Amino acid sequence: MSEKVIYVMYDDDGVLKDGAKKLVSKGVKISDTFSPFPIHGIDPIIGIKNTRLGIMAFLYGLTGLTLATIGMRFFMIVDWPMNIGGKPSFSYLENILSFVPISFEFTVMCAAHGMAITYLLKNKTLPGMPAQNPDPRTTDDKFVMEIRTAENSMDEKDLDKLIKDTGFIEIDKKTI
Amino acid sequence: MQKEAAIREPLILGHKSYHDITEDVCRPIEDKAPKMWYILFGVALVIGLYGVGCILYLLGTGVGVWGLNKTIGWAWDITNFVWWVGIGHAGTLISAVLLLFRQKWRMAINRSAEAMTIFAVFMAGLFPLIHMGRLWVGYWVFPLPNQFGSLWVNFNSPLLWDVFAISTYLSVSVVFWYIGLIPDFATIRDRARKPVSKKMYSILAFGWSGRAKHWNRFELVSLVLAGLATPLVFSVHSIVSFDFATSIVPGWHTTIFPPYFVAGAVFSGFAMVQTLLLIMRKAMNLEAYIHTKHVEYMNIVIMVTGSIVGTAYITELFISWYSGVEYEAYAFLNRATGPYWWAYAAMMTCNVVSPQLMWFRKLRRSLLFTFFISIVVNIGMWFERYVIIVTSIHRDYLPSSWSMHYPSPIDIGVYIGTIGLFFVFFLLFARVFPVLALNEVKSILKGSGQSYKESPDYYKNH
Repeated sequence: MSEKVIYVMYDDDGVLKDGAKKLVSKGVKISDTFSPFPIHGIDPIIGIKNTRLGIMAFLYGLTGLTLATIGMRFFMIVDWPMNIGGKPSFSYLENILSFVPISFEFTVMCAAHGMAITYLLKNKTLPGMPAQNPDPRTTDDKFVMEIRTAENSMDEKDLDKLIKDTGFIEIDKKTI
Repeated sequence: MQKEAAIREPLILGHKSYHDITEDVCRPIEDKAPKMWYILFGVALVIGLYGVGCILYLLGTGVGVWGLNKTIGWAWDITNFVWWVGIGHAGTLISAVLLLFRQKWRMAINRSAEAMTIFAVFMAGLFPLIHMGRLWVGYWVFPLPNQFGSLWVNFNSPLLWDVFAISTYLSVSVVFWYIGLIPDFATIRDRARKPVSKKMYSILAFGWSGRAKHWNRFELVSLVLAGLATPLVFSVHSIVSFDFATSIVPGWHTTIFPPYFVAGAVFSGFAMVQTLLLIMRKAMNLEAYIHTKHVEYMNIVIMVTGSIVGTAYITELFISWYSGVEYEAYAFLNRATGPYWWAYAAMMTCNVVSPQLMWFRKLRRSLLFTFFISIVVNIGMWFERYVIIVTSIHRDYLPSSWSMHYPSPIDIGVYIGTIGLFFVFFLLFARVFPVLALNEVKSILKGSGQSYKESPDYYKNH
């Protein structure tokens, strides 16, 4: 049997969400949705786990803080200790106050850029990547639900019957 | 969908649909530019090029072409630097701080405010760079391994903190701005008919598709970036104020500087946002999205930050007397009554008196008045920096060194030139970028649009 992807299109985010709830309660697996803006509350319905990018940002931030500390200790204390205005650089702790601003800035810099790069890589959104949305209207005012027959145990006819009740406006099937 | 109390004014006027929002924002980009755009762009470009010419002349001749002298070694360029950095504070404040506070009105203005921020920080960064005299060794401000006996930059110096603060602020702002732009570029890409623009926006959109998982990540990334950018906004101008506050010059050596500089920066930044947006909403027919309520909200921010600045001025004045330090007392007395009294008076009128007029509802909801005040505030904030910097150093400890600062034509040319360049960037932005955060505005349509406010069931039956 050939596998099919069913794209069900809605013209409202609320209708799609209600439809998704209905389908999921009947045991249909919805593999994805495409929308012009985030549909709040859709993630738990179609079983999307929360992203862990926040943890990554924290780790990148820690990396930045460590690098800044090691770097400034090396430059100012170890490699070339300067005596500025009679205030010599004997130890990192003694001078720590003047290292606070850059430690903070570098932490933020690493956290922000690290997270942004991870985000782009995880999404596979990079310059020149082809668009993956099934219909160009999904970035304007249409909302699409993607259902794969391979991921569902029921056959296509039963799926069609269930989808019919959700108030869609267009339906499109593709064989893969 | 988060619903909002019906008594609050709608944020989107008219009975718009999602498609209408796309149309309204994309049309000005897709249509031919109006004649007025070309005229403005031409004027800005000429002024900008004149500024570039002045900078080249300066680099070729040396910093001697500035109006500096033995006593006043720091005046015009640092004033402009601080002024531009200050203006660059509104964008990130709008998009980061207001995001954390869940202020929905920010969604209509954050994109252009952030663009303004980025261009303002470009202009600010130009001044320390040209001040170095040798632009091509500008990278020496970074701690790079070198052959000069492994000589490092001084991490105890606030000027180096500034390097890190400004470069972090600029790069994080660009990232924040671009991540928000990606979905909107995808909208334009999917609408584009002409092959060239289609290709261009495809590259800019990074292949964005609007998957549920991507939106999930998008929202978290925006939130975390906002969380990171919020302390960043406050730190940047605090560090700029350290350039003065950590010195021992009377008039600069003031612990009140960091909070007072930050408030002043937000104050001038919002004023610049008002100036730009009041013109843009008209020129690009975005009156339904950026309307009187948005202007009023921004005026309230201007009023609050203006009051903080006013309080700081008066506190500073009082403390200079109360401290009993005669040098400190003289610095402030001289500011108010010395040869620069007119600059001090301009600063006081523009920054302390004018924002207080916003207490009147009629005035803060008047677009014409707002436009006028926004320009007054920016003039006032420029004078604030000039007053702080020049009046504090023009009276040296030795009366024989007393001096005055007069800007040279090159000084003025560079400054005017940066204003021209700023507008060149901003006008280009308004031509090719979506000036409204499409995806964000769509997400508040159902909760804050006029249709919902008039009949809360509108979208249920629709």
